Amino acid sequence: MSDFPKILLDNVGVENSHTLQVYRSRGGYKSAEKTLKTMKPEEVVGVVKDSGLRGRGGAGFPTGVKWGFVPQNSGKPVYLLVNADESEPGTFKDRDILDHDPHKMIEGIIIASYAVNCHDAFIYIRGEYGWIVKRVQKAVDEAYEAGLLGKDILGTGFDLEVIVHQGAGAYICGEETGLINSLEGKKGQPRIKPPFPAVVGFLDSPTVVNNVETIASLPWILEHGADAYRGIGTEKSPGTKLFSLSGPVKRPGVYELPLGTPLRELIFGEEYGQGMLPGIELKACIPGGSSVPVLTAEETMAAKLDYESLAEMGTMLGSGGCIVIGDDASMPEVLKVLLQFYHHESCGQCTPCREGTGWLDTILERMLAGKGRPGDLDLIERVCQNMAGLTICVLSDAAVMPTRSFIAKFRDEFAALLPKDEEPEEFVPIARSAEDRS
Amino acid sequence: MKQDTELPKDPEQGKVESPAEEPSAEPSFAFSPEREAKFQEIVRRYPTSFSAIMPTLWLCQAEWGWLKPGIPEWVAERLEVPVRRVYELISFYTMFYTENPGKYNLQVCRNISCHLMGAQNIIDHIKKKLGIEVGQTSADGMWRLEEVECLGACGYGPVMQVGDRYYEHLTIEKVDALIEEWSKSE
Ligand SMILES: Cc1cc2nc3c(=O)[nH]c(=O)nc-3n(C[C@H](O)[C@H](O)[C@H](O)COP(=O)(O)O)c2cc1C
Ligand code: SF4
Ligand code: FES
Repeated sequence: MSDFPKILLDNVGVENSHTLQVYRSRGGYKSAEKTLKTMKPEEVVGVVKDSGLRGRGGAGFPTGVKWGFVPQNSGKPVYLLVNADESEPGTFKDRDILDHDPHKMIEGIIIASYAVNCHDAFIYIRGEYGWIVKRVQKAVDEAYEAGLLGKDILGTGFDLEVIVHQGAGAYICGEETGLINSLEGKKGQPRIKPPFPAVVGFLDSPTVVNNVETIASLPWILEHGADAYRGIGTEKSPGTKLFSLSGPVKRPGVYELPLGTPLRELIFGEEYGQGMLPGIELKACIPGGSSVPVLTAEETMAAKLDYESLAEMGTMLGSGGCIVIGDDASMPEVLKVLLQFYHHESCGQCTPCREGTGWLDTILERMLAGKGRPGDLDLIERVCQNMAGLTICVLSDAAVMPTRSFIAKFRDEFAALLPKDEEPEEFVPIARSAEDRS
Repeated sequence: MKQDTELPKDPEQGKVESPAEEPSAEPSFAFSPEREAKFQEIVRRYPTSFSAIMPTLWLCQAEWGWLKPGIPEWVAERLEVPVRRVYELISFYTMFYTENPGKYNLQVCRNISCHLMGAQNIIDHIKKKLGIEVGQTSADGMWRLEEVECLGACGYGPVMQVGDRYYEHLTIEKVDALIEEWSKSE
């Protein structure tokens, strides 16, 4: 797996890779310069479309197609918002780019902005990444000084302002319309779509929201062309992607791999995870950040890391946050940790999500406290039915997917928490009392 | 999302005691010259004054450590926005503090990857060692313990954030050493 060009992490590990000087000495900003000087914006959109690049923030939507939705001549400014909120549990990949190669992202911002005719871009960084906010701000300042941002970039007449914005702790601001509301100085509550941000977004203007990794892929694509990019990965999932590997493996970390790489290579490969910690066996793996369905050990060994293969297995590539679960972990406890998270992070606008995440959390808590009731697993399923696909954003679904898959694939562990003498199923409405939560 | 209960409870809290003078007027605030310049830049560059509330609140926390009583009103005045818009953000986002978070606010990640690597042991150990529960500040205002959601350092867990820094690959020994070091810093 070592014969592919590194597109995203090629500078990581190089001393002072975060500085403009080092980035330029390694060929940085040549791609943006070539793009601005020799291409028309619609040609840039065309190359990105042809490259097949898909959004790396979770949904995998084709980037060039998204850009194509931006109306030109709407009479309003176009905004680019770079999503550096990185808060999907199990995901810590954008941090590597922001921390060690911020200029790659800035170069990508120039290219993307030029393509969609944007002159005002924002980088929305999660609040906890305080030191990264400073580092990115410094890189942006350097770029301004070097004439790579601001007015008349590189003498091409193209203007671009970039503002680094610090979030303040709320998972939901990673959802693109939540992010837009947050940036407008509101609570980060998602908006109903349509209209999509590309048409009505930040300050009611056309807005492109792209993930850091998506943006950081652009300099390479514009430098080497769509065909070269398509030469990596699979037909429908071209290119390389960052995978965040966590859990009880020998070498957790962030790795760049061509899409389509076997998941077992990431976990067990010598150059990557190097396998499980001593004494621990692989039990399960969540391949795409906490919101996607879990895979059993057997499925994990058979899975491939691309959008289509994982969809065929009933799960998703998501953010590429690969969470390895060992046989020392209790699946109900792990699910409880996740449900508490979704309950806490639900923004509260939609009743199915606000109440449903609360109920799932409460029921599982009760089961783990030894107070499970016969029929609780069916009750959980009924709650899930009322949550999936019924809400403004997909946070609600993001709580349902792990819940359903954990219980379906590790049912014995959940059933063991219930009273032995299983009574005939009957729906017993339960009151929310202190007893339930104890 | 933060629960809706974190608006200032005690209006006196954080006010500087002025010895036996007549009750002082509204607290008045001023940024250091450097931060004032930064504030001016924010106002100039952000497209609306509402957008500028969050960065201004960050600037206040950098200046005063937390959002002391009176600061939200002062921010509203300076940005010419209704004060409820400032409180709306303070109550929604978890990182704006209307209570002094303590000198060392230990924010330990409780989420999935850290959980798998033993975060609960770390949290239990800190509770015992400092004699505080999650969400509590020690009587001397020195320590606070919080459980937080994923910090984006999942491969390096268990992880905690203290101030602007992450402490990764935590073990009980490491936590002990850090607490010892910080105790001495007093
Ligand atoms: C609850 C929720 C949280 C999300 N969090 C993030 C995030 O932290 N970072 C991110 O890039 N995208 C996140 N997304 C996806 C964004 O909504 C959006 O699809 C993405 O930023 C688009 O960029 P891309 O097309 O480049 O992937 C989240 C989505 C949802 C529903
Ligand atoms: S689904 Fe949940 S998080 Fe999303 S908008 Fe509705 S309440 Fe908010
Ligand atoms: S789960 Fe602890 S940092 Fe992500």
